[in-house]
Amino acid sequence: MKVHFSNQGNLRNFKSFVESLDLSYPEKLEISTHDKWVTVHPANLVVAAALAIQAGKENTAIIGEVPETGRYLDRMGLYELVKNASPFVYHKKEEAGRFVPIKIIKTSEDQSRFITDMIPLLHLSEKNTIVVKYIIGELVRNVLEHSFTENGAIVAAQYYKKTNRVSIGICDNGIGIWKSLNTYWHPKNDIDALKLALTPGITGTTRKEGGTAENAGAGLFFIKSIAKITRSYFVIYSGSAEYTLLKHDKRIKSSPRLYADPNRDPHSETNIVPSFQGTLVAVDISLDETHELNELLVSIGEVYDKAIRERKRAKYRKPRFI
Amino acid sequence: MKKIINMRKVAGDFAENKDIAKKLRIEKIMPALSEGNEVILDFDGVTGATQSFIHALISDPIRELKDVTFNNLVYKNANDDIREIISIVYRYMQESLDGNSER
Repeated sequence: MKVHFSNQGNLRNFKSFVESLDLSYPEKLEISTHDKWVTVHPANLVVAAALAIQAGKENTAIIGEVPETGRYLDRMGLYELVKNASPFVYHKKEEAGRFVPIKIIKTSEDQSRFITDMIPLLHLSEKNTIVVKYIIGELVRNVLEHSFTENGAIVAAQYYKKTNRVSIGICDNGIGIWKSLNTYWHPKNDIDALKLALTPGITGTTRKEGGTAENAGAGLFFIKSIAKITRSYFVIYSGSAEYTLLKHDKRIKSSPRLYADPNRDPHSETNIVPSFQGTLVAVDISLDETHELNELLVSIGEVYDKAIRERKRAKYRKPRFI
Repeated sequence: MKKIINMRKVAGDFAENKDIAKKLRIEKIMPALSEGNEVILDFDGVTGATQSFIHALISDPIRELKDVTFNNLVYKNANDDIREIISIVYRYMQESLDGNSER
C-alpha cells in the first residue's frame, strides 16, 4: 500500500488524497510526502494510521525526503506507527500546540477518558468544547459499536488558529458502512450505503422506526448537520465511495438549510475511489460560525422529526379506489 | 416512592458512554418504573450528553412502558442542550410508536 501526503492536505482536497491511495498489497505500507512542504489534515493522518496498524509497524515506513514541515507527522504520533525513527529533533515544550495526536480508542472507558483528558488540549471555549465532545463522542461510539474491529477507533484533531477551526478525523479498519447496513437495508453499492448512513433514522441494527433500545440511526445525520450549519466540510469514506459535504457559501447570509436526504445537500460524491475496508469520518468545525449547541439541536431536531413523520406516512395504507 | 439518580455521578461531566446508559436503564430505570415508582434523573453538573446516550437511556422505557414513563420519569437540572436532546428522543419515539403499531 502507498499513502502520499501532498502540500494540499485539507478536506476540500480529500478526494484527491483518496484517489492517490494505493491499497494493493495490504501487508506492506509506504508513506511518502511532498518534498518541499507537507500539509496534513487529521483525516489523512488517521487513514494512514489505520493502514499502518493493518500492515504492522515492522512493515510500515515513511520513505523519501521529508521536508521540515514533516515534523508535524512526528508531533502527531505517526512515527510511532512506522519502523523508521523520526529524523526530527525538537524540545518537548514545542509540543504546546492545540492538537490531539493520534489516539487509539478501543473501549467505551477509553472513550470517556479521551473525552475528559484529551479534548481540553484543544483549549476551546466551553461552548465549542461541548460541540467537539459531542462530535467525537458520537463518532467514536459508532466505531466501537458498528465497525467490528479489534483495532479500535483512530482519532486525531487539530485547532487551526488562522482559520479558527477545529479539524477532526476518526477512522477504523473494520467492516465498513456497506456491510454494517447490509443486514437490514441492502444498499446497492458503497455510495448508496454512505447516503443511507447519513439519512435520519437509518441504523444497521433494525428497520424498525425508532430503532432499537440502543440505536436510533441519528448520529451521522446530527454530525453532518452540525457541519452544515457551521458552514464546514464533512467527509465520509468507506469502501470505494466518498461523500463530501461542501462548505455553505459565506456570501449567502441566511442560515444553511438542513435536509434529511443527503442528495439534496451541496456535495461531491464518488463510487470509484480505491476501496478502503474500514470507515473514515472527518469534519472541520468553523468556530466563527458555531452557535450554541442548543440552537444547532433545535434545527437538527426539526428536520429529524419531519423525516421520521414523512417515512411513517409513506408506510400508511392507501385507500383502494376502483 | 421516588428514586433519584445522580447522573453526574454515574455518567460524568459529559454523558456519552452508552454502556453506562444501558446499564442504568436495565438495572435502575426500567425496574423502578415497572414497580410504579417515580424516577428522577438529576443532571446537576452534567454539561452535555449525546443523542445516542439519551436514546440508550430512555427509548426503551418509552417504547415498553409508554404512559408510565411519560408520567413517572422526570428530569431535574437538565440544561438546555440536554433538554433539547431528551425532547427530540421523546418526539421521534412517539412518532415511531404510532408508525410501528400501524403495520
